[in-house]
Amino acid sequence: MSAAMVILIIGIGTYLLRFSLIGFVGERAVPEWALLPLRYVPPAVFAALVAPAVLLQDGDFVLLPAANPRALATVIALAVAWRLRSVAATIVAGMGALWLLQAVL
Amino acid sequence: MPLKEGFVDGSKAVWPLLIGVVPFGLVLGIVAADSSIGPVLGYATSIVIFGGAAQLATIQLLDEGVVAAVVIATALVIGSRHVMYSAAMAPHFGEFPRWARYALPYALTDQAFAVSIVRYQDVTEPVYKRRFFTGAALTLWGSWQLATLTGIVVGGQLPQSLSLEFAIPLVFVALLVLTVRSRPEFVAAIVGGVVAVLAISAPYGLGLIIGALSGVAAGLLANRIMR
Repeated sequence: MSAAMVILIIGIGTYLLRFSLIGFVGERAVPEWALLPLRYVPPAVFAALVAPAVLLQDGDFVLLPAANPRALATVIALAVAWRLRSVAATIVAGMGALWLLQAVL
Repeated sequence: MPLKEGFVDGSKAVWPLLIGVVPFGLVLGIVAADSSIGPVLGYATSIVIFGGAAQLATIQLLDEGVVAAVVIATALVIGSRHVMYSAAMAPHFGEFPRWARYALPYALTDQAFAVSIVRYQDVTEPVYKRRFFTGAALTLWGSWQLATLTGIVVGGQLPQSLSLEFAIPLVFVALLVLTVRSRPEFVAAIVGGVVAVLAISAPYGLGLIIGALSGVAAGLLANRIMR
């Protein structure tokens, strides 16, 4: 399947997810237990995207800063994100930490 | 409150959020310009998908050559949180004319949802609500298009040695911290991350989905135990 087709299908799917319950107005309200799992999708997905990207190198678990400065830079970015709750500050802190570590190590 | 101010009120409500939206869009553009799918398809995601996290994951997975079905499944798992927004918006959008019920959900992003659901607690007039959402959504849409386009133009000029692809996990780090507001959510994040690392050699790049679904299950379990 071409990349364009993949993007189109994801676009249609994303619209349908957003339209889903708005489209069924007037029918029975959705019970809360059915929506509860969705509350845990964002933290679970974002962690699942971050962890392998920063802890693994070519499939191997590498934490040593000299070999994998990204792991330490991510810890610094996490701390900044926690304190400032800002996307921009997190990007700046993480990139800055990575460049500094790459220059020093 | 005058109805016609709804649009302006909605637009103004998202201005503070642009501090987070614009850098995210710039990063997306820069990464897209660098990826194997190229700047045109990379930009197309901003119009066709219009959801930053799903776009970023889509571009990254297509770039890694992950199987199409898994790219689609992963992006839709990431987007599944929108069903929650759709449920919360349904009583309000139900008062809108038919065209608005079909057209406006296209722009039901995290940010448009957040500002509108807060405003809807204080207003009852459907016309005002519709204009407020439209103002917020159009402002976010325009900013997102401009930011990603700028990122694509700038991205082509930047050297590889800057390791700018590292900005992808950094964006997700920020979104992660912003979405962990309770202990069950914290458990969901820890389990999601750990399992995704352990499942890295799962076939077809399914590790992310396995990690995410494990995290959701752990969050539900934690919610039962900790309540």
